[in-house]
Amino acid sequence: MSGSAALLVLFLGTLLEALVVVCAVRRKLFRRYFFLNLYMILCAAASLGRWQILQQEGIKSLDYRYFYFYSDAVLTIALFFALISLYVYVFEEMNLERYFRLGAVVLLAGTCWFSYTVVSQSSHKMLTYFAFELSQNLYFVGLVLTYVLWGAILKLRETRSLLVQLVLSLGVFFGASAATYSVSNLHPTFFSYVHNMMPIMGCLLPLAWAYAFWRVADDDHLPPTSLSMVPR
Amino acid sequence: MMAAFFLACSLVFLLQFFVWYCRSLISASVSHPLSVEVRDVMNLPAPASGEDFARVTQLLLLCPDRPEDRSAVRAIGAYFRLLNFVRASLARVVPSAQLWIESERSRCTHFAAVTLDRRIAFSRELLAQQIEV
Repeated sequence: MSGSAALLVLFLGTLLEALVVVCAVRRKLFRRYFFLNLYMILCAAASLGRWQILQQEGIKSLDYRYFYFYSDAVLTIALFFALISLYVYVFEEMNLERYFRLGAVVLLAGTCWFSYTVVSQSSHKMLTYFAFELSQNLYFVGLVLTYVLWGAILKLRETRSLLVQLVLSLGVFFGASAATYSVSNLHPTFFSYVHNMMPIMGCLLPLAWAYAFWRVADDDHLPPTSLSMVPR
Repeated sequence: MMAAFFLACSLVFLLQFFVWYCRSLISASVSHPLSVEVRDVMNLPAPASGEDFARVTQLLLLCPDRPEDRSAVRAIGAYFRLLNFVRASLARVVPSAQLWIESERSRCTHFAAVTLDRRIAFSRELLAQQIEV
């Protein structure tokens, strides 16, 4: 991807991230989905930083790559907590918030430890690869957690359309990101593929969330059986 | 080995989430009744047929774009292509899947027709605003 194309993708992504927050504020859903909006604000802030480095150093510079993957690791942690907030929201009537937060911290610490172990065994460039490894593992953990959350939504017959669309689009994003990172781990030559694909995929989540906040009313409900593959 | 395992799992989950996401988009439009106008113009049968999807989307592209519909229309277009691919490959081996695929293709067409309906209403609003100005 050329420098100008990267700038264009970055600009588009930032615009969509801002749009998510604007739509949420307009629909008075900012506080209810605070962690999702916080993630979008952090994404926009990271995009501004990337924009500045991209303009100064260029897309192939080491500075840009370092900044990209370190900011991505921070954003993945933020997204991880956004996902946990959706768990809290789905299970709010059971008052399990404390346990989810504790579980999230333990899982995050475990993923950090696992990433550290993998990197320390296979590489002498610890700091360089740690952020990459952590992002990859967190995307995968996030994907599995979203899958579990979706199972719970189906089991509990949760019908709120907005919540369903937020969770499913998060699942698509986690799946696409985890797959892209895994491809790069298959062979080092695929790294440039990740480097080019991730910013494009970064636009997918804000696009889907902006659509959900814009179009789907908070009190819209889906028929509980309409999403299961096999009619019940 | 581990990367290949991660990749395989990610792709399977991704595919499932994509199908569910598209179905959630379509489900939201199922309860929306089609206007008689669109039904007459498109000559759509009562449950829309999957064969009409291309025709409806061609008309959809002629209407002024609504930004909030764009991502959903693209996602459903990709879902429809995925269904066509499954119909041409897997459904030949598993004939029982054919019925489900046809109903999904029909729901995709209904979604596109509902979007067309909304775009026509949007164009009318724009025209009315221009006349007022």
